[in-house]
Amino acid sequence: MVRFFSALGAPLLSFFQYLGEVVLLTADTFRSIFTHRLRWKLFLNQIVEVGLLSQLVVVITGGFTGAVFSAQTFFQFNKLGMGSAVGAVVSVSLCRELAPVLTALMVAGRVGAAMSAEIGTMKVTEQIDALRALAVYPIDYLVVPRALAMMVSMPLLVAECIAVGITTGYFVAIFMLDINGTYYMANMVRWTRSRDIIMGLSKAFCFGILIVFISCHKGLTAREGAVGVGRATTEAVVNASLAVLVCNFFLTMFFNIIYPAGFQ
Amino acid sequence: MIEAPPSPESSIKPGLVSSKSSPMIAVRTLAKTIGQQEILRGIDLEVATGETLAIIGRSGGGKSVLLKHLVGLMQPSAGEIWIQGQNIIGMSERQLGEIRKKIGMLFQSGALFDSMTVEENIAFPLREAGERDPKVLRAKVAEMLEVMEMEGQEDKMPESLSGGMKKRVGLARSIIRRPSCVLYDEPTSGLDPVVADSINRLIRRLQHRFGMTSIVVTHDMKNAFDVADRIAYLHEGRIYFHGTSAELQQSSDPLIQDFLLGRSNGQQEKRVEA
Repeated sequence: MVRFFSALGAPLLSFFQYLGEVVLLTADTFRSIFTHRLRWKLFLNQIVEVGLLSQLVVVITGGFTGAVFSAQTFFQFNKLGMGSAVGAVVSVSLCRELAPVLTALMVAGRVGAAMSAEIGTMKVTEQIDALRALAVYPIDYLVVPRALAMMVSMPLLVAECIAVGITTGYFVAIFMLDINGTYYMANMVRWTRSRDIIMGLSKAFCFGILIVFISCHKGLTAREGAVGVGRATTEAVVNASLAVLVCNFFLTMFFNIIYPAGFQ
Repeated sequence: MIEAPPSPESSIKPGLVSSKSSPMIAVRTLAKTIGQQEILRGIDLEVATGETLAIIGRSGGGKSVLLKHLVGLMQPSAGEIWIQGQNIIGMSERQLGEIRKKIGMLFQSGALFDSMTVEENIAFPLREAGERDPKVLRAKVAEMLEVMEMEGQEDKMPESLSGGMKKRVGLARSIIRRPSCVLYDEPTSGLDPVVADSINRLIRRLQHRFGMTSIVVTHDMKNAFDVADRIAYLHEGRIYFHGTSAELQQSSDPLIQDFLLGRSNGQQEKRVEA
């Protein structure tokens, strides 16, 4: 029994230490956001990196998810004579779950990996020490612009993903599956509420925070040269993706209290 | 306290007190342990304003670790570091920022920001200090490049620079804000003798032109003799010798003689193997 707990203890301790470090980084970053000047140029550069350059990935993800989801829903619902409900199902699902989660996973892979690799390389080549030696606090210079850019970009990317997904779902339903367009639109508008969109965008904001701090933390704690940077990058993507999936469940339960699903 | 060295010569002193004016930097019983390894075992050191101290010693002996402690890049296990009368131990990163503005540091690799050009690297500290006028920035960068004998290299990226050029750019970046003190971490390592000599000349020129206090960490004896007012020999985490270049050269201590002449002996080999 003692052996079991001692075997469990070390990984558990290291997990809590890791969580603590990420929370401290988050707290330090928010303190810095409110108390120190923002480097606008770096912030705008990151908006380009996180937001603008993720467009293609998000559009393809949203587009094909909406299309395939529309088709699959039709195949099942049509048996029950509910083909016209496809629009509502696609729209609500994209707003509440699919768009935030899939966008977050894509952004974690694209942007989170880049952040972790860039900061990690700076760490192992003493560039972060050089920043500190030049009296520049690395959190202010490296993490704050990335965190703000992610907080601004993620809700916009998810909104885009929802819009593209609904559009492709509509075209698949109307032109390939021969669903009546009027019923499709009427049901979609009837069942999709503003709270569904708010829930999706709120999730996007939370996922953005998770991705940026997990990735930056991995970069800032990278060591042992190129191998260490590679390891940090992999761990950043894996941890951020897992965190998104796990937190999505709890956020869904939480937001469902504030924004209950369905027509009420 | 520092232990008495094994060979008590007149030039080998434990507590190091500079004969010059008030100390710019004072280190008291500094110790650092990383994992199970004791890197520094109670360093006492003083560096007077305007003087140049060379810290020599074998590779892996803790010289760079000591240097990083002086700007708060590492936190010691015990001891104190006083910079212009302020103890920096226990200061937060933001508090250390004010101290770091007084100290420039040249990293062994140069540590240039690889996403920036030479000009952006050198202008970085001024930009961070709030200078936005491109004309002023360009003029100051050009002046620094002239001091470094690197005119016209503004637009190059760090990856296209040689080792010596990287060190010069790193040095230009660290002194552009005119700090009172510059720390050099192995300024001549990995350079051919001609480039190494040009770096030595550069360090001397900076001493004369700007009157900066300097600490040079090196295992290149020519570098140490060329630039230093005083030399401290770091051995097994302690200051083993402290004195002038002449005193060092005259020392009959076998350990110092071995180091100066680049001799290895059986005892050292056994220690390395262990």
